[in-house]
Amino acid sequence: MWIYEKKLQYPVRVSKCDPRMARYLIEQYGGADGELSAALRYLNQRYTIPDRVVGLLNDIGTEEFAHLEMIATMVYKLTKDATPEQLEAAGLGPHFVNHDKALFYQDASGNPWTATYIQAKGDPIADLYEDIAAEEKARATYQWLIDYTDDVDIQDALKFLREREVVHSQRFREAVEILKADREQKKIF
Amino acid sequence: MYDDQWRVWKPYVSPWDPCPPILEKAYVVPPQLFLGFQPMNMPQFSLDEALYRGTLWPALYSPYPSRRSADVKGG
Repeated sequence: MWIYEKKLQYPVRVSKCDPRMARYLIEQYGGADGELSAALRYLNQRYTIPDRVVGLLNDIGTEEFAHLEMIATMVYKLTKDATPEQLEAAGLGPHFVNHDKALFYQDASGNPWTATYIQAKGDPIADLYEDIAAEEKARATYQWLIDYTDDVDIQDALKFLREREVVHSQRFREAVEILKADREQKKIF
Repeated sequence: MYDDQWRVWKPYVSPWDPCPPILEKAYVVPPQLFLGFQPMNMPQFSLDEALYRGTLWPALYSPYPSRRSADVKGG
């Protein structure tokens, strides 16, 4: 069960009318290394991971949903007042004829989100290594997104999200160390 | 202060390259690659600063300047 707090994890400001950027930000909404993939991956893996690290997957998976709504807010702000002509000029024509201004779980190239983006292998090390890789890939995506806008307010929120990927990667690496250490078994011997 | 999070390499430049060559390429090696299991009692940012930066821990902070604008490293 979750308790919802009706505010964003970090304030999202958009100061430049730039629907083009919405098209690129969608990569982190419904792309392979996006926030939806991250949230669903961790919250699904947590059932079969050793219980010493369940709480970590639970917490990080929950935070990914907070990131998801930050990205959604950016996309919404960038497109809500755009004319069909502006959307078409930004390369969003195909999106517009299918969804109008509704958000859709797809990547920047328009590929719809698919469960094949995420894995649950059942092997704790394999799953945590996938999670570390996912965090590094999301960090890289944020870097390229920061490179693709000169709106300092969007850059500001994206830099926050990138730093969270750094912290999550660190915590997953620590989870691997916890499982390697095998502390409980040492007590038995 | 955070310049040590970058690594630079020099790709081969051909006399026949179609575009002006970029002589040096850089990539990030953020701090989680080096920290290991985080030790107890590390220094912390103030709460306001932590909320702004996205981490409580200076040892985990990784700045990323945009290549689009004339952004200063450390932002």
